[in-house]
Amino acid sequence: MSRLLTMRNLVIEGFQEEQWGDIVLGVDVHVDRGEVLGLIGESGAGKSTIGIASMGFCRPGCRIVSGSIRFGDIELTSASDRELRKIRGLRVSYVAQSAAASFNPAHRLIRQYAEAPVKHGIMSRAEAEKDARELYRRFDLPNPDTIGNRYPHQVSGGQLQRAMVAMAMACKPDLVVFDEPTTALDVTTQIEVLAAIKGAIKDLNSAAIYISHDLAVVSQVADRIMVLRHGKLVEEGGTREMLANPEQDYTRALLSVRKGRAEKIEHPDRSKSLLEVSEVTAAYGDGVLVLQDINLKLTRGKTVAVVGESGSGKSTLARVITGLLPPIKGNIVFDGKELPARFSDRSKEMLRHLQLIYQMPDVSLNPHQKIHEILGRPLEFYFGMRGEEKRKRVADLMEHIELPERYINRFPSELSGGEKQRVCIARALAAEPDMIICDEVTSALDQLVAEDILKLLQRLQNQLSVSYLFITHDLATVKAISDEIVVMLQGRVVEHGSRDEILTPPHHEYTELLLASVPEMDPDWLDNLLDTRVGALLREGPASEHAGKS
Amino acid sequence: MDSLTILIVKRLAFGLLTLFVISVLILLGVEMLPGDLAQALLGQQATQESLAAIRLELGLDQPLHVRYFDWLGNILQWDLGTSLANRREVADLIGTRLANTLFLASNAAIIAVPLSIFLGMLAALYRDSLFDKIISMTTLMTISVPEFLVAYILIVFLSVEFSIFPSMADWSSNAGFWERLYAVFLPVMTLVLVVVAHMMRLTRAAIINVLTRPYIETAQLKGMKRSWVIMYHALPNALAPIINVVVINLAYLVVGVVVVEVVFVYPGLGQLMVDSVSKRDLPVVQASGLIFASTYVMLNLTADILSIIANPRLRHPM
Repeated sequence: MSRLLTMRNLVIEGFQEEQWGDIVLGVDVHVDRGEVLGLIGESGAGKSTIGIASMGFCRPGCRIVSGSIRFGDIELTSASDRELRKIRGLRVSYVAQSAAASFNPAHRLIRQYAEAPVKHGIMSRAEAEKDARELYRRFDLPNPDTIGNRYPHQVSGGQLQRAMVAMAMACKPDLVVFDEPTTALDVTTQIEVLAAIKGAIKDLNSAAIYISHDLAVVSQVADRIMVLRHGKLVEEGGTREMLANPEQDYTRALLSVRKGRAEKIEHPDRSKSLLEVSEVTAAYGDGVLVLQDINLKLTRGKTVAVVGESGSGKSTLARVITGLLPPIKGNIVFDGKELPARFSDRSKEMLRHLQLIYQMPDVSLNPHQKIHEILGRPLEFYFGMRGEEKRKRVADLMEHIELPERYINRFPSELSGGEKQRVCIARALAAEPDMIICDEVTSALDQLVAEDILKLLQRLQNQLSVSYLFITHDLATVKAISDEIVVMLQGRVVEHGSRDEILTPPHHEYTELLLASVPEMDPDWLDNLLDTRVGALLREGPASEHAGKS
Repeated sequence: MDSLTILIVKRLAFGLLTLFVISVLILLGVEMLPGDLAQALLGQQATQESLAAIRLELGLDQPLHVRYFDWLGNILQWDLGTSLANRREVADLIGTRLANTLFLASNAAIIAVPLSIFLGMLAALYRDSLFDKIISMTTLMTISVPEFLVAYILIVFLSVEFSIFPSMADWSSNAGFWERLYAVFLPVMTLVLVVVAHMMRLTRAAIINVLTRPYIETAQLKGMKRSWVIMYHALPNALAPIINVVVINLAYLVVGVVVVEVVFVYPGLGQLMVDSVSKRDLPVVQASGLIFASTYVMLNLTADILSIIANPRLRHPM
């Protein structure tokens, strides 16, 4: 195989907080023709920056400081704008993480597909559109002949992502850069997109760089994997060898992700019912029922996981329980008392006992308040604490969440994602609640960080007997933390039982689909799955696309 | 009914309400001014008897609300009434004036709107370049200088100093289109200079705002030229704010040009309204006021409809 791309000693800096800082620190990358390279690492590892640099492109606020990027026989670091434009889209193409944001909302899908081949002058528009329809069919998109006439907002996330893969293939490029193309998708949708990507690479025999934070996903498509951390190479090797014999501790940690289960302490006294949701039905303004006849019980000191894909209504359930969305019918009993439907009708005590932690720690913390103000606020509000007493309690909370006390004078922007989520946990704990609703609290975090957060939550439960209602789409999280599992689909509960009941066969058909869709650390997993799975199940199964509020 | 129709009906209803409120405000405003039409007609030396006679003749002796509802009743039958000052039909009086105002406004708009969007796109394309800075400086200057001063500066240079264009924008009744165009050249230039700055700056800002979106990066990574990216990918997504600023300026071109009309002695609707206010000629003031107000209402409605049509999410719902 001949060499297609060679990056040597690449150094890229980014401008952040008023100064230039390193993003990529002297990395060597090479890709041969027809080879798929996996780049893996946590956020901040520089993997995206490297991927996009293979097109000679730097995001605004970044600069290539030194090193060389050779694509074929062109040196991209010194190439003119004109030369770069001739390569981009034509010989190297890019598939972004969020197709929803990366498609232009103002133009039809097929127009955007045809743009590159037509503007690069290799096809007429009619030819390009004919190719597009063929690819849409190849990728199992519904109505392949007409779906291209739709606007991006008119198709679902998984379909859009496949349309984006098709668009990247339009000029039959030598290299495709996939930048976390499945990260934002549900597990069942992820499989469809992965299958499309794998098929596309095979059909064209093009090379690819596949970027992900998920080793299991990368190992399905990559021939060779590079593990990156803080802009440096940790380890590099063939996919199978690396999975079998990781050399570095960091790689081993990534490999063992999803296997852990936090230690639970069983208390016999924790059997009292805390929350009872009966026959709850709810809808948003348009009258479409988002929740139908939901029944749910939560015991003191236990964790109930609510699992479902986007549109299943799991977050709406949280809104109903917290009183943000009054249900159409049904009632909620908390600690023996019926809760008023609206949060504004609930007493301060009721509010205090029920706290909420959100998915995005970045947006749920006030960026203009220091940590001690953020934690002090609920202490003042619920307990009227002042001065020394409040200071002590804040220090106490910081200890609970395992952050150094000196952090209390920092702003949220000075903390990492995982640290911010810890602060959110502490803020919920400050109210000394009986129950915390955790709404996808780990899904915005890197896997290793997410694991630590789960362990922390479990330790806090063991100590404080707080109950969790754990809302997630990720079955691995569920395995790690739950006592009971509720599986939701399109606003209904399809299966409900103890963790072991749900996770051991026989499963409900949909639970089975969810479980089977979680990628495993086995390079053959996807192929085997696609072989065994009846195609019809994927296309017509319950995971088929539906729009809705999650 | 689809949402667009509902929106239009709602807005028209609100528009009618607005017009009603404005007519009341104009009535009270004119009434609050010292003196009345009789005094304006007869001057300072008029005797009490002659004033009373004129008032009786014009119906000014009637109480305010009676006069207002008479007028309102006529309006609802599409009758603008007659001018109290010279007994001519208000509709005739206003007709030619309105046509003149629209002639001036549309000429200014035809030049200013495409020019400012084009300049705005260029400024976004060559952001932070010398061209961008020069354009920013120039437009800042034309925004900061009051319009009558712009008008006088143009007169001094193009009319007095070099005698290229007339400073009086008037024409004989049999003048052809080109003659008229020549006559209004300076007022049109003044208006263009005043409105281009605002529209151009907002176009630039709206496009630059869109340039940070991921789909712009997608287009760049497809190897598209920067000018194409701005025209094909950024502009269609920046249309809503641009449409709004264009419409505000169009409304200004119709309604806000009184000062420019006065400077160039241009027989437009604005000047007629100013004259009629000084004569306390209520029916004419009311009619001009309502025309100005409906221009605003209609243009704003147009802006909203165009913004909806420009947005594919609203144009093509799921």
